[in-house]
Amino acid sequence: MAMFLIRRLGHGILVLWLISIAVFALFFVAPSNVAQTLAGRQATPETIALIKHRLGLDLPVWKQYLDFLGNAVRGNLGYDYYHQVPVTHIIGQALPITVSLALGAAVLWLALGIFNGVISATHPRSLADRGLTLFSLFFYSFPSFLLGLLLLYFLYFRLTLSGFSWFPAGGYSPITGGIGPWFQHLLLPWVALALLLAATYTRLTRGSMLDVLGEDYIRTARSKGIRESRVVVRHGLRSALTPVVTQFGIDLGQLIGGVVVIETVFSLPGLGQTAVVAINQQDLPVIIGIVLFASAAVVVANLLVDIAYAVLDPRVRLH
Amino acid sequence: MTAAIEMVDVIDEPQVIEGRSPFALALRRLRKDKVAMISLAVIVLIVLMAIFAPVFAAVTGHPPNEQYRDIGLTPDGLPRGPNGTFWLGTDDLGRDILVRIAYGARISLLVGVIATVITVVIGVVLGLAAGFLGGITDTLLARLIDVVLSVPFLLVAIALVSVTGPSLTVTVLVIGCFSWASVARIVRGQVLSLREREFVEAARSLGAGDSRIMFVDILPNVIAPVIVYTTLLIPVVIVTQATLSFLGLGLPPPTADWGGMISESQNYYTTAWWFILFPGLALLITTLAFNLFGDGVRDAFDPRADRT
Repeated sequence: MAMFLIRRLGHGILVLWLISIAVFALFFVAPSNVAQTLAGRQATPETIALIKHRLGLDLPVWKQYLDFLGNAVRGNLGYDYYHQVPVTHIIGQALPITVSLALGAAVLWLALGIFNGVISATHPRSLADRGLTLFSLFFYSFPSFLLGLLLLYFLYFRLTLSGFSWFPAGGYSPITGGIGPWFQHLLLPWVALALLLAATYTRLTRGSMLDVLGEDYIRTARSKGIRESRVVVRHGLRSALTPVVTQFGIDLGQLIGGVVVIETVFSLPGLGQTAVVAINQQDLPVIIGIVLFASAAVVVANLLVDIAYAVLDPRVRLH
Repeated sequence: MTAAIEMVDVIDEPQVIEGRSPFALALRRLRKDKVAMISLAVIVLIVLMAIFAPVFAAVTGHPPNEQYRDIGLTPDGLPRGPNGTFWLGTDDLGRDILVRIAYGARISLLVGVIATVITVVIGVVLGLAAGFLGGITDTLLARLIDVVLSVPFLLVAIALVSVTGPSLTVTVLVIGCFSWASVARIVRGQVLSLREREFVEAARSLGAGDSRIMFVDILPNVIAPVIVYTTLLIPVVIVTQATLSFLGLGLPPPTADWGGMISESQNYYTTAWWFILFPGLALLITTLAFNLFGDGVRDAFDPRADRT
């Protein structure tokens, strides 16, 4: 187990290192006019050169990269071009928003996906099964921005017009400012994200439940006279959840790295929206910082999934 | 004696036991799947709409990028709702939404198909190579797959497009170059077990080289999961393209594409519901049809799907 963890950790670091090179290369191959933008339209070439020098952009690319890497290893991801704020600070401010969004949505989509999956699996080929499959595929097919805009249209705009201003038009209210406003601001984004993701979980739960319910030990449990609901939940669902755990780890890892579209639609200044703003401003340190952080989230999530596997299923040995 | 004659009769009788390939069986199951067939019909309709987009322009008399600022906009300069002249209404510049939806279908389908083909070709070739050749090739490719799968795709896609400037080629390449890893992983996993099978050994003892074994002997055996994955990938690609457009990184205006139209409609959704509704519906119906069809294809290729 320890060896396995060390090797996987090594792989993860290797992956992150390769990504850092790729992202760095990407932005240095492209023509950058960030110094020009900062200096303004009337700037003299001297001013632009001065700004370039101050940002370290006049150094050779490999030198810039090594400086960046050296600092990154020590936990310093550099400073943003516009306000000289540490990138780690920017990530630290955006992260709670993205985490609130991802975790809240996760509760909803797990509940929805697993519940629907169990209903489908215990009544295969029934009307309920087909209906639920159609329901989940319907939302799975939705482009996230469209679903977000529709929710805003009906539940914010229409409702507010009718005199029920239950939902805000967007934005974020930190949990420190009261749990009520925090909840109110996040409910629509949660619902949108959960509806988009639940389909995968319905399908996974259904498929793996169908497999498990055909096992001998389920028949044994039934023949002992255990209530059907108990058989399904305690004996069946528990072992059917392994693929769900895998998918959950992957999805959560990706979401923590930034929920670009939903954050944009609902004006939530999380990691995704921060990254989009940085990309539009060519704010290189912020872009690289967030991309690396997001990749790290995926790498860590994958590692946790492997460990969870071993804990959940004693047959799995990690080498 | 009679028994012998009867036996001869039995032997002479043409025994019609047709051998059916798994592919033919899958196709038969798919044809019986009503939902999949209806979805296929919808897909065909959308393809026809894309091909005959100029017909929409000719019948309505409105070219896709023509701005009717006089008859297409209200005196306040707002989009006009559906009426006899503009069947699905106009957008913020007084352009015919119906005609633009028809032209937008071209972009969605074109990107959907081309990017998917690129994805699948890269994924299959690298997956085959990694799984079959093993050794250092496999180690390197497996790391590459890890890297691509760990990259926050949409962020990097946005970054890339913002650096290179939006165009159809960039969109297709970005999607193709970042989506192949999951295909490669599926193919690699299958090949790892297939290469140990007897038929590979047989091929080798007959003198077949690596590339022949990979593409002639092994490839047909991984084609089913690849087909399933491909049909389910097309709607994902279409949504990705629309998402890039929505974020302002689609095709340069005035090209009509669905994501871009929805993005333009954002400021008008309180006053002009048709402006967001119809392009949104077009996009949703397309992805839903592809997903339902892909779901049918998956069930058709999965023999276990028949059991209850």
